[in-house]
Amino acid sequence: MTPDATPATLAALDVLGRPAPGPSPREFATPRRRAAQAGWNLLWTGVTGLATLWIVLIVVVILGTVILGGWRTVTPTFLFANPAEGMTAGGIFPAIFGTCALVFLMIIAVLPVGVLAAVYLHEYARPTSPLTKLVRFAVNNLAGVPSIVFGLFGLGFFVQFLGRGMDRAMGLDVVFGQPAILWAALTLALLNLPVVIVATEEALRAVPRTAREGALALGATRWQMVRHVVLPQALPGVLTGAILSVSRGAGEVAPILFTGAAYYLPYLPTSPTDQFMELGYHVYVLATQSPDVDLTLPLLYGTVLVLLVLTFALNFTAIFLRAKIRRGMGLGDAA
Amino acid sequence: MTETLTMAEPKTREAPAPMRRIETRASTGEATTPGRSALAVEGLSFYYGKTQALFDVSLAVPERSVTALIGPSGCGKSTLLRTFNRMNDLIDGARVEGVVTLDGEDLYRPGVDVVDLRRRVGMVFQRANPFPKSIYENVAFGPRMLGMKSGGEMDDLVERTLRQAALWDEVKARLKDSALRLSGGQQQRLCIARSLAVDPEVLLMDEPASALDPTSTAKIEELVLDLKARYTIVVVTHNMQQAARISDQTAFLMQGKLVEVDATPRIFTQPRERLTEDYITGRFG
Repeated sequence: MTPDATPATLAALDVLGRPAPGPSPREFATPRRRAAQAGWNLLWTGVTGLATLWIVLIVVVILGTVILGGWRTVTPTFLFANPAEGMTAGGIFPAIFGTCALVFLMIIAVLPVGVLAAVYLHEYARPTSPLTKLVRFAVNNLAGVPSIVFGLFGLGFFVQFLGRGMDRAMGLDVVFGQPAILWAALTLALLNLPVVIVATEEALRAVPRTAREGALALGATRWQMVRHVVLPQALPGVLTGAILSVSRGAGEVAPILFTGAAYYLPYLPTSPTDQFMELGYHVYVLATQSPDVDLTLPLLYGTVLVLLVLTFALNFTAIFLRAKIRRGMGLGDAA
Repeated sequence: MTETLTMAEPKTREAPAPMRRIETRASTGEATTPGRSALAVEGLSFYYGKTQALFDVSLAVPERSVTALIGPSGCGKSTLLRTFNRMNDLIDGARVEGVVTLDGEDLYRPGVDVVDLRRRVGMVFQRANPFPKSIYENVAFGPRMLGMKSGGEMDDLVERTLRQAALWDEVKARLKDSALRLSGGQQQRLCIARSLAVDPEVLLMDEPASALDPTSTAKIEELVLDLKARYTIVVVTHNMQQAARISDQTAFLMQGKLVEVDATPRIFTQPRERLTEDYITGRFG
């Protein structure tokens, strides 16, 4: 401890209470520097805030335009009538019905396969095995494939190969070998498989290790543990996956373009082999194929509004359901 | 209780252990030879991948007594505990050398039914981990996994088990409530009840009171002393007073090696090893 090593400001002390050699680190923060640091802090608060504001603004503009342009059009007649006069008048009921039916069939197809695959990947497969890694890699890449590619695949695989094959095998004329709501739903299911798998795996990962060990320590088999402890706790997360795939499924046009969506149908689909009208595709049709743009425009706004409301409604139902399940388990509302 | 046990289908292949156990203990209730060792470890080494966690540990756990495993953090006491119900199997890259036996039967022999083993060797964890189900369903979980159905028999079993865990009077009015609404101490006793519901022979406890307040801790300790009349208990603890209060035998581990094992009073008054003395007198750890 040399006498000249005692600075006027507070000196840094080492563990034994002796002044450390050299200046205290705090002396680096001169008033000028501190002012500059405060300035940067303010600047970045502003920049990040502006970026957020920009997004909010876009959402408001989109929603505002759609609501302002569409709310007058959406009347009970519009909701429950067929399109009329070359789609310059009438309603969109077949498209609403078709969308709901399509999404329903898709969920039935995608949930079991997606959830079971995720259970295998997360609960049974060894995480370090090359095969597991390969499957995960494939799933992640499947999520990146453009949806139009899925549409073409659906046409080639489901309609041409599977459908025609079934017709030939059963000696039918053309029943399955044509675009149909069944094939469109399966194509959409394929598109959404990664969404469900990833969301389910996420949910499985969130189930604490202690819960699994608790079950195994009681002599539960792995399946009993999955069935009675892990899956019930993961259910809210699985529902999230379902929500995501529903909102994606309701809005995708490309996968159903060649596999089942119809430009115009005077009847509702009653069998899996029927074609169907769909809201997203109907929006595309109204926007590009209208004989009279001025007459079609209000219908276009109205259809978009209905599509948005339908998607939101489905999402809110699922979110509500998820919160209810969580409360039922006594887990609280926390994420 | 015996009815619940016979419902578990005995395996047709070798290792008729579950059957023998019914004959010797649960049904007749007759005392087995005191001092006979239930669990025994011979030259046990344990590896997590390339890291060795246990070095040549040998230890005998007498039947119907409490054995405490003490030692500083990371000394391998939890690892040792988890070899008794093969809970370490869940860890990728875990490897065992040496012999661990339960009633003379090698637990790591190929072909051992791990699920059945865990029914014979129950475990209570450091943090109470009740399932997000009702109190009743938590206790009924194990028996249900064995194939027992709902009904009067199950109700009786749940009541009896909760009484055994000294929890019945506190929860009898709200068996259908979520177990997560119980206090930490009650949750831990529920976890003990849950383990007892499958009528194990051995109960492993991994620092069962370390997350609890003194009152709840005292209740757990009292419970352990009650339970040793029926069960062989191995408890890992950080708390040396606790080890002194509840255990009959204490094993001191350090850096993966068993330093000393002896009757508890002896360990705490006249340890043979200098390391043990330093640890229990608080010179380190």
